Amino acid sequence: MFSYCLRRTLAAVPVMVVVALFVFLLLRLSPGDPAAIIAGDMATPEQLDRIRETLGLNQPLYIQFFNWAGELLRGDFGTSLMSNLPVTQLMAQRLEPTISLALLSIALSVVVAVPMGVIAAWKHGSLIDNAVMSLSVLGFSVPVFVTGYILIKIFSIDLGWLPVQGFRRVSQEGFGPFIQHAILPALMLSTIYIALIARMTRASMLDVLGEDFIRTAHAKGASEKRVLFKHALRNAGVPILEVIGTGFALMITGVVVTESVFNIPGLGRLTVDAILSRDYPVIQGLILVTSGVYVMINLAIDLSYALLDPRIRYQ
Amino acid sequence: MNLSSPHASPDVSAAIPPRRRLRWWPRQRPGWAVIVAAICLALIVIIAILAPWLAPHDPLDMSPADRLKPPSDTYWLGSDAYGRDLLSRVLYGARVSLIVGLGSALISVVVGLPLGILAGFFRSLDAVIMRVMDGLMAIPSVLLAIAIVSLISANLWTVMAAITIPEIPRIVRLVRSVVLSAREEPYVEAAVSLGSSLPTVMWRHLMPNTLAPLIVMSTYICASAILTEAILSFLGAGLGTETPTWGNIMAEGRTYFLIKPSLIFWPGIALSVCILSINLLGDAARDRLDPRLQKRGGAQ
Repeated sequence: MFSYCLRRTLAAVPVMVVVALFVFLLLRLSPGDPAAIIAGDMATPEQLDRIRETLGLNQPLYIQFFNWAGELLRGDFGTSLMSNLPVTQLMAQRLEPTISLALLSIALSVVVAVPMGVIAAWKHGSLIDNAVMSLSVLGFSVPVFVTGYILIKIFSIDLGWLPVQGFRRVSQEGFGPFIQHAILPALMLSTIYIALIARMTRASMLDVLGEDFIRTAHAKGASEKRVLFKHALRNAGVPILEVIGTGFALMITGVVVTESVFNIPGLGRLTVDAILSRDYPVIQGLILVTSGVYVMINLAIDLSYALLDPRIRYQ
Repeated sequence: MNLSSPHASPDVSAAIPPRRRLRWWPRQRPGWAVIVAAICLALIVIIAILAPWLAPHDPLDMSPADRLKPPSDTYWLGSDAYGRDLLSRVLYGARVSLIVGLGSALISVVVGLPLGILAGFFRSLDAVIMRVMDGLMAIPSVLLAIAIVSLISANLWTVMAAITIPEIPRIVRLVRSVVLSAREEPYVEAAVSLGSSLPTVMWRHLMPNTLAPLIVMSTYICASAILTEAILSFLGAGLGTETPTWGNIMAEGRTYFLIKPSLIFWPGIALSVCILSINLLGDAARDRLDPRLQKRGGAQ
């Protein structure tokens, strides 16, 4: 068990090195002067020189990379061009809305999608099954912002139940106002996730329901509910967990769009602001952090397989 | 790090009989959803090609007197905040979406197929190529595209490149997994022992195995590229509004959503119908060509 965990953790290191290398080379190898890209259109020659000096752009590429990677490891992600604040500080300020929104969406997706998938597999080929599958294709295909505006139109404008935009932090104003502002964005964010998880749950359950031990469980008189949720779902769990992990990439895209539609001051909004002002250090920091989180989440999920499924430990 | 699962392991998509011919026309009649999807997509293609003749107005023609007009005989879907005809802009928007979708699918196959074959065939290259692909896959595709576009100014080519690069690992992984199991087949061994050159073995004997799953995967890539392009345009990181795209029509319409929601809904409907049709056709192709791909969960 320990050696499995160690091996998996070490395997995450080269991935992060490749990510860092890629982000590094993207700026250095793009056509045009990196200093000019960093400084923006309004920079004076003196400013450009200063940027070249601080970034060490006159040094060989590999030295630049090690210096830069060293700064990253010390937690220095550079300085924003627009606000002149450290990128880490900017990101820390925006962390709470995004994390609370993401957690709410994941919770919502799992609570809705897993039962949907289980029931669709149980009633395989029925009307319910077809409905679930159609909904899931729809969930993949309708872009998040379109869903978002449909939700706003129905619940905020026509019915007037919920606010059109804005955000309240849980830590400052409590759970009630937070939910009131976050429920629509969370719904919007979870549509694609629900589609993904429901589909995977159904496929995985269909596999497991054909196994001998399911027949045995039925034969010894276990109730339908117990067979489905205790015997089958637990064995179908690994692919479901895995899709929650790989789906995290979709979640990040969704967060950027959702926060922009609902004007939520989170990391996604920071991304959009950074694009519009061409604030490359901020974009770079965001990529490194989200990729890091993605790798971590998938690592955590891989490690939790070992808990769910002992066979994996010995591979 | 292997971000894929034990369940997407090499043999999943590779269990296609090696000599199976691709049938282009289905033997039994496809379901009605697939027929509708095919008709919708055909319509969108026709609209994209014939946009200059179909559009009642020039999509860039501003008339300040006609700002935000409701639908009328002159402006069938109304006009936008600059008095441009919404219908014409939506019709023209089909062009960028389809070009980006088809272009990305094509380029990612052209780049990913050789890389995947090499990775599947040579153990030494495998480690290097797959580590790079794992790294690329760890970067969220929209953020990667945003970074690329923010460094190089946005035009059709840079946007397409930015959207395609994050899709390449999906092709490489798929091709590699197919090649990994196909190279153990007796006919490959036979070809090698008969003295076929390595390129011949790879191209004549291994590559054809990848075609069926590639067709399915490239449909999904086409759909996801169209979606990414719309997201980039919507966020203001895509093409400028002098080239109407469904994403940037919506981006401009956001300000007026409360008074004129149709500025968002019409391009949104066009976009959704387009992506839905492609995904449905992709599902149909998968069921026919490669049923074992089904577990992958489609257009993720």
